[in-house]
Amino acid sequence: MNVTIVDYNSGNISSVINSFKEVAKDKVNIEVTSDLNKIKSSDKVVLPGQGSFKSCVDALNNISGLVDTLNEFAINNKKPLLGICVGLQMFADVGFEETETKGLGWVSGKVSKIDNQNGKFKLPHIGWNEINITKDSKIFKDIENKSHMYFVHSYEFVPEDKNVTSATTDYSSNIVCSVEKENIFGTQFHPEKSDKIGLKIIDNFINL
Amino acid sequence: MLKNRIIPCLDVKNGRVVKGINFVDLKDAGDPVEQAKIYSDGGADEICFLDITASNENRDTIYDVVKKTSKKCFVPLTVGGGVRSVEDINKLLNCGADKVSINTAAVQNPEVVVESSKKFGSQCIVVAIDAKKSGDKWEIFTHGGRNNTGVDALEFAKKMEDSGAGELLVTSMDRDGTQVGYDIELMSKISSMVNIPVIASGGVGNLDHLVDGIKLGNASAVLAASIFHYGKHSVKEAKEYLDSKGIPVRI
Repeated sequence: MNVTIVDYNSGNISSVINSFKEVAKDKVNIEVTSDLNKIKSSDKVVLPGQGSFKSCVDALNNISGLVDTLNEFAINNKKPLLGICVGLQMFADVGFEETETKGLGWVSGKVSKIDNQNGKFKLPHIGWNEINITKDSKIFKDIENKSHMYFVHSYEFVPEDKNVTSATTDYSSNIVCSVEKENIFGTQFHPEKSDKIGLKIIDNFINL
Repeated sequence: MLKNRIIPCLDVKNGRVVKGINFVDLKDAGDPVEQAKIYSDGGADEICFLDITASNENRDTIYDVVKKTSKKCFVPLTVGGGVRSVEDINKLLNCGADKVSINTAAVQNPEVVVESSKKFGSQCIVVAIDAKKSGDKWEIFTHGGRNNTGVDALEFAKKMEDSGAGELLVTSMDRDGTQVGYDIELMSKISSMVNIPVIASGGVGNLDHLVDGIKLGNASAVLAASIFHYGKHSVKEAKEYLDSKGIPVRI
């Protein structure tokens, strides 16, 4: 099996690579590339993302044909895809970081700044927070409710259809921190930095 | 609920840990990778490496350490010390650091903070503020605490937030190494002034100091070095103690 981590200059993805390689061992081949043919032929795709919504969308668009290839992979062919952090946020129709920017439109919704309640809550939301599992998502197999995951973000994904939400976390309000829509998975937290429990989520995705 | 973080810090010189945990089962007490692994297995919420390598020839040793550690530890890794430029930050991130802490360069050239937070995102830019009390204010020191810049620490903290820092690592130079506790006044002043998380550092001698840093200093995270060295306290003990004092921690 081939799992491709999309390398599209979205910032630092070495931790994502390390964690997938750790979980995959020799059983699964982990590719790190922006090569369209390799993405097309892979079994699963991971879409990481760091920095701002706009910078990530711009970076995707800068690689000619990449968005089309991802659309074909996830929407037409319905193959499993995992978005992490801004990778998840880009599923939305639109994001408001820096300036209004169109997203991939895979999961209806928007990405807006977390309400810090006039400074009562620090931003970025950095650190370990518990997740409330709201849906029996495949990537949460053997993951206990209220497990701790590592977060670092200032913007949140607000889906239109609440049924796509698979977990939330409490920070200022109920923040959507995981979604599952058919073959499309996303986590706002960083499984690659969430210790053994995070690696288990990666393992679940690899073993889908 | 967001948990307060405990961050053990390891001083690394020429690729070796200077002080560290002194466990009998440790194969190589000077190996930063092994030490970091012990911390992360013990429940550390993040690991911090402070590179104190003095000579330029050996500066590259830290990259190797970060590379190896990031393949073994799956909690966030912050690396600081000697970070001068956007290129240095890029190199550390590529080696597997999750955050980079910038000290002297942030004071001398705040553009580094502006540029790097734009390029890599605020989430990986930590500005390290080394401050010393002077009359009724605090002044910033650079070059590992040797140079007094005269810059007001509170104003600088605000400026760094505006420049794009994702977190502030605040060290009291008066307290560092004394084991008498954090400079609570400094921590709480900076924490109430900025809307980004503050990591308290410098002066921890016992577990109550960690409690004070969070409860009185309003820090989001507490960093400590020597109390975790030589097995005086484990990270697990520290967390259980904080938990017993009603502080939310990840256990």
